[in-house]
Amino acid sequence: MAAAPVVDRWSWFPALALGVSLFKCLFINAYHSTDFEVHRNWLAITHSLPVSRWYYENTSEWTLDYPPLFAWFEFGLSHVGQHFDRNMLVVENLNYASTSTVLFQRLSVIVTDLLFIFSVKECCRCVKDKKGSLNILEQPSFILTVLLLWNFGLLIVDHIHFQYNGFLFGFLLLSVAKHFQSKHLQGALLFSILLNLKHIYLYVSPAYGIYLLRSYCFTQNNKDGSVKWKSLSVLRLLALGSIVVFVCVLSFSPFIAMGQLPQILSRLFPFKRGLCHAYWAPNIWALYNLLDKSLAVLGARLKLLEEAKLPRASMTGGLVQEFEHSVLPSISPSITFICTLLAILPAVASLWRRPCGAWGFLRCLVLCALGSFMFGWHVHEKAILIPILPLSLLAVQSREDASIFLVLATTGHYSLFPLLFTPAELPIKAVLMLIFTIYSFTSLRKLHSGQASLLHPLEVVYLLGLVAMAVICEIIFPLSPWQHRLPFLPLLATSVYCSVGTCYSFLRMYAILVREREKPKQL
Amino acid sequence: MQTWSLVSICVLLGVVIRWGVSFNSYSGAGKPPMFGDYEAQRHWQEVTYNLPLQEWYFNTTDNELNYWGLDYPPLTAYHSWICAYIAKRINSEWVELHKSRGYESPAHKLFMRATVLIADVLIYIPAVVLYCLYLTDGSSKKKVSTMFCFLLYPGLILIDYGHFQYNGVSLGFSLWGVVALGLGWDALGSMAFCLALNYKQMELYHALPFFCYLLGKCIKLGLIGRGFVLLARIAVTVLVTFALCWLPFLSDPDRALQVVRRIFPVARGLFEDKVANAWCSLNTVIKIRSILSSDSQLYLSLACTLLAVLPSSVRLLTKPTFWQFKLALANSSLAFFLFSYQVHEKSILLAALPVCLLLSDLPLMGIWFLQASTFSMLPLFLKDGLLVPYFVTSLAFLYFSIYLLSALEHSSEEELRLRPYRRVFFCLPKVDLACVVRWKFYVSIASMAGLSIASVLLVPPPHLPDLFPVLVSTTAFLHFSGAFVYFNVVQFSGPPSKRSQKKNN
Repeated sequence: MAAAPVVDRWSWFPALALGVSLFKCLFINAYHSTDFEVHRNWLAITHSLPVSRWYYENTSEWTLDYPPLFAWFEFGLSHVGQHFDRNMLVVENLNYASTSTVLFQRLSVIVTDLLFIFSVKECCRCVKDKKGSLNILEQPSFILTVLLLWNFGLLIVDHIHFQYNGFLFGFLLLSVAKHFQSKHLQGALLFSILLNLKHIYLYVSPAYGIYLLRSYCFTQNNKDGSVKWKSLSVLRLLALGSIVVFVCVLSFSPFIAMGQLPQILSRLFPFKRGLCHAYWAPNIWALYNLLDKSLAVLGARLKLLEEAKLPRASMTGGLVQEFEHSVLPSISPSITFICTLLAILPAVASLWRRPCGAWGFLRCLVLCALGSFMFGWHVHEKAILIPILPLSLLAVQSREDASIFLVLATTGHYSLFPLLFTPAELPIKAVLMLIFTIYSFTSLRKLHSGQASLLHPLEVVYLLGLVAMAVICEIIFPLSPWQHRLPFLPLLATSVYCSVGTCYSFLRMYAILVREREKPKQL
Repeated sequence: MQTWSLVSICVLLGVVIRWGVSFNSYSGAGKPPMFGDYEAQRHWQEVTYNLPLQEWYFNTTDNELNYWGLDYPPLTAYHSWICAYIAKRINSEWVELHKSRGYESPAHKLFMRATVLIADVLIYIPAVVLYCLYLTDGSSKKKVSTMFCFLLYPGLILIDYGHFQYNGVSLGFSLWGVVALGLGWDALGSMAFCLALNYKQMELYHALPFFCYLLGKCIKLGLIGRGFVLLARIAVTVLVTFALCWLPFLSDPDRALQVVRRIFPVARGLFEDKVANAWCSLNTVIKIRSILSSDSQLYLSLACTLLAVLPSSVRLLTKPTFWQFKLALANSSLAFFLFSYQVHEKSILLAALPVCLLLSDLPLMGIWFLQASTFSMLPLFLKDGLLVPYFVTSLAFLYFSIYLLSALEHSSEEELRLRPYRRVFFCLPKVDLACVVRWKFYVSIASMAGLSIASVLLVPPPHLPDLFPVLVSTTAFLHFSGAFVYFNVVQFSGPPSKRSQKKNN
């Protein structure tokens, strides 16, 4: 990290990678959420049941609701896992967590993260290093590696909370890197695999579709930069199409053959869940809910509304359930769908009309991810990582993006705090967040050293507010008598406060896009 | 990047790693009737909170000394008392007299772990930061690297946060003493060291160098003039600190004597378990304990220890420089560990601390010794279920210290200070000693790794149940005695040359 010899340009990379892998091993015995049991159950289902039963099995409430390739991934893992503890592969062993099961599942996340490490290395090759500067601590590729490998959100979501996001982000970043290296077909292949592993990445597929169509299938532009319709390469289009179709067929065909497609789709897209998760993700709907709540309370106070008529269900009741808004119109899935489309449309349109190469594509990808996070149906707070990680690449390249990154990453990461609510993990999440934040602020500031500070004073005040929020929500509130009367108040406050930051970042990302269109020849 | 951000990131990483290790099991978890050191510390809280101070060290109906009776000096007792006070406010079951015996719960474990971390953050870590920033040479990057390696030393982390003890407190006080002496605040330094001594009597391992350094300094200043004033100031500081620590016990001489008897239990034999010191290793060949009476064992070990400490102490007395002081600390603690009476395997931490101080000057040898010291406690870690954190932290320490301190690049004959050995091996002028050392290092690391893996995976033959612990302690003993000779040679071979320091930058 510090006094490394300058001779070998990449010698720091294995150090950072090994360091973070060993670091992850320390959390093997830490708290894990129900997602641990979810994945154990999937291991058991895929290992001990025939393929035809995979998407019907419902002994556990955590049914298989990822696309088939992920089920095959679990199937592969289960064959390693049987050497650790056979009992974890029994479907009836609900909530089974023996020492060797924990060890195996944790190690499986750490080992599959090797793909993520590899993809980070590929991404580092895409950023331009500063010439002449001998200090590796100030090289964009070094900073990018730390920002990605040591990403706070990824560490706590994957290695404490328990999920396989690192592995999945490996595919995403690798495919982005392939696009930077103009290996578009490989990029498309990786992305279609990713889609068949976890369908949440459908949210960023518009960016992929438009980019590949516009910049790969159309080979030439007119002089004013608009598309030359005649230059469509049918061969390229066919190649792309066949890759996507091939991966999807590979993944879904056994189930289509058994006539299980409707069942799978109903598992993959459960619209029965509510607009927001038990803990509201910090997006537009958190603000909407707050507005509704306060209008209801205000109305009841002023006797404009009859209290008896208001729906009683509390929106943060802790259960994943449907609820109705009291005053404002309730939101249906189709409304969120339209809002999401509208939110990402300008970005996608701009990518079509003025493609700016791979960097423009990356910007569009971040906007798609962020837009769907802002307006999507039943968004999880963990989904904030989908925009944050690709934005890290932009952050080491341009000053403006760096300042957005600092706001978005800090608020987004803070909004993950409620994921770990056990007192033993409190020091971990607080200190890790502090490490990541100190590092990202100081390194990006040094990297873009120039005229003024990266952040506007108001942004600084807003981010400092997060510290106050953390102290109040994590320490003062649990000790106060309100804890029993209003146990969900800290969650509400956190998501509302953070949603201001994410909305702001979303708007600023668009502002950059608009400004770039006005002055040509940028990134 | 600014130094402050690097320093804070390293410190915070050190804190997270410590807390990460603390998720693991502790000594004697779920093992009635005696449990382990964790229960000992909890029991001390119970005793100090519920009994009047007069009874703390006495065997009474309420204080059964056979069950983890208090056998550390008063400061430990006061610390337990403060912790007990907080524990009482959180959950009074934790320190209830008699009824809380063997109490274990996740919340209580969290509380106990937190007390260790708080003590560490208040005492040990600031001392490490100060030492590395102000008392090591080189660029700020090198200082930060040294600090990171220092904080990463696995032995201390695993014992304090895994096995469960408060070594960070006594070692931290002693480190504060070193820092203060290094900065020239002699009275403050001796006060800090007295606190360390009053927290854990094992700090006596470091006492001679402190004494010799200060005395040597006074002599150098002239015992009639300024030196005498300094000596008087130090003496008064020491006496006052001791008096303050022992104040409640001084009213009754019998009470004070009982504390002393508890602190130095001579009746426990030359050694227990498998320790990597001379006596235990000798025991594989000659059964000393059956040959000699316990009194002559005591005198023998005393004589050997004094003989082993003497050279470095005399050298320090005549040349009281900070460099000599650090080396003398390492030599004296190693001598005590190797030859003194009733040594625990954990006492190697007392030798590890001074070697950590030498990390920036003698990186390769320091890392080698520290790795061996962690390895020497392997049987203990296995007993406590700390296998994964042992592997993880050892690997991390080995890799990062070699990488960050560029230990293998800076391993020329001069940088390793091997010139005196040249004279011994004058008959073999062709041999590159640095290369030999490097190879020995590789072989030793490989053998430690191999033995670690073997102790985990292989089942020892039935007639040799202690095969692996004995192998581990003998291997570690060989390393420790080699290090003892090496550090003594370095101490007698002159100060570090300025030229090699510059090259290190």
